[in-house]
Amino acid sequence: MGKAIDAKNLNIYYSSFLAVEGVNMTIRPKTVTALIGPSGCGKSTFLRSINRMHEVIPGARVEGRLELDGKDLYGPGVDPVGVRRQIGMVFQRPNPFPTMSIYDNVIAGQRLNNKKMKKDATDDLVEQSLRGANLWNEVKDRLDKPGSSMSGGQQQRLCIARAIAVQPDVLLMDEPCSALDPISTLAIEDLINELKMDYTIVIVTHNMQQAARVSDFTGFFNIEGTGKPGHLVEMDETKTIFSQPKEKATEDYVSGRFG
Amino acid sequence: MQQPGDRIFAASARGAGILILVVLAGVAAFLVIQAIPALVANPADLPGGKNIAVYVAPFVFGTVVSSAIALIIATPLAIAVALFITHYAPRRLAQGLGYLIDLLAAVPSIVFGLWGLAVLAPAMLGLSTWLNTYLGWIPLFAGPVSVTGRTMLVVGVTLAVMILPIITAVSREVFLQTPKLHEEAALALGATRWEMIRMSVLPFGRSGIISGAMLGLGRALGETMAVAIILSGSSIITFNLISSGNSSSIAANIALNFPDSTGVAVNTLIASGLVLFVITLLVNSLARYIINRRREFSGAN
Repeated sequence: MGKAIDAKNLNIYYSSFLAVEGVNMTIRPKTVTALIGPSGCGKSTFLRSINRMHEVIPGARVEGRLELDGKDLYGPGVDPVGVRRQIGMVFQRPNPFPTMSIYDNVIAGQRLNNKKMKKDATDDLVEQSLRGANLWNEVKDRLDKPGSSMSGGQQQRLCIARAIAVQPDVLLMDEPCSALDPISTLAIEDLINELKMDYTIVIVTHNMQQAARVSDFTGFFNIEGTGKPGHLVEMDETKTIFSQPKEKATEDYVSGRFG
Repeated sequence: MQQPGDRIFAASARGAGILILVVLAGVAAFLVIQAIPALVANPADLPGGKNIAVYVAPFVFGTVVSSAIALIIATPLAIAVALFITHYAPRRLAQGLGYLIDLLAAVPSIVFGLWGLAVLAPAMLGLSTWLNTYLGWIPLFAGPVSVTGRTMLVVGVTLAVMILPIITAVSREVFLQTPKLHEEAALALGATRWEMIRMSVLPFGRSGIISGAMLGLGRALGETMAVAIILSGSSIITFNLISSGNSSSIAANIALNFPDSTGVAVNTLIASGLVLFVITLLVNSLARYIINRRREFSGAN
């Protein structure tokens, strides 16, 4: 668990539109990397290209290389479905399956991979995943209730439990706290700190304090203007980015003098 | 203080709601009042000369069986077509196909009846013979096979074609409304397209599918012309779907006999209409119950 990601000259297109240009980025295993930048700068698009979720939009494609521990994720014969089983994702808004119980939500991914599992092995997996997401004590008595009966923060932690239940190598988070209140946000941030023991985490956030609090490395994306492609301006250790960045644009952005 | 616009809207919405109840109550009252003479009459005076229940039973049976066949055939097909349109077909093909299905709903039922009689009945002779030869041990296909092909099975298939568009249209609409969020949740876990459909689209669309099927069933239960044209029905109850002796349906029986009926015979037909009304009401209540049973797990909250 916890693999490295390498983007080499990665261009991301929606049909003929170049959305993100020339990203070179190395993400080390078992670290938290935050992607920051203004809206529309392509950080979410880049994040979604890591587990090939951007291909949900017809016409989406990439040029260049994207590697997971040296293995090309876009190589010939690589199935996006397989990629997504290795690289989990948590979305902006909590999205537990409304028709499933809490229990079934957690093992939804496992059911896809491996149809037959013994009852007690499944029970163990559910407990372990919910403990991993700091949710077990809150829901252990109502595992048969629908996932939508919980608060937003609990739902988001349920989504994290669902993502880690399949034991992925990487966990992608697309603004996971933007729909949550400060207390739930704190719970998720604490959780991210624990999860990086086991997983490589990449998180997109609009909240710069959050990036400073949770991440080891930070990448700043920017865009020249509307219609232009987004690009990675610089990437470094988080404390460097927030104290003495190399680029003027980064400094302007992190100090709030942007635009 | 309420704005005048709010008050007008509230009043007209309330009025429309009340109007529906009044119409429904009016229809129910008409049926009951007109049916009473047949219910209290001396059985000897009724058509057939027996108890009213004995008179209506074969038609109830025919109605339920023909509609059941139609529903069993049409529902899976409609779900498949709706899924193809919403999740598999390229956009332009999907649009064309959607229009085509909607067009099917615009064909008058008399045309479907003629088609069933002239095309489908002879065309299904081979299938009926095959069913009789290999599955004849099932009472449904016991035979002997009707030589004209005017059988309950043909009626069921014709009705299935008739109710296919409505079930497809309703299913398609709900499938399109599946939140992207839930679809992406499934895909991000490494679901294939079919697994994603099973995890998010179908559970979300479940109540819509049931509603569509009930609308279709309503049409099949009340269908008159197609059944009247294809079937030469009689007052028998038989599970044999491919032989020449068939139970007619309530609606077809009323249409065929109403012009020649007088006196208490008219009331008898109206009483059978009341039975049809009750069946439809029961079916709809059952559907509501099924939808509500797992409400807290539905996508609506």
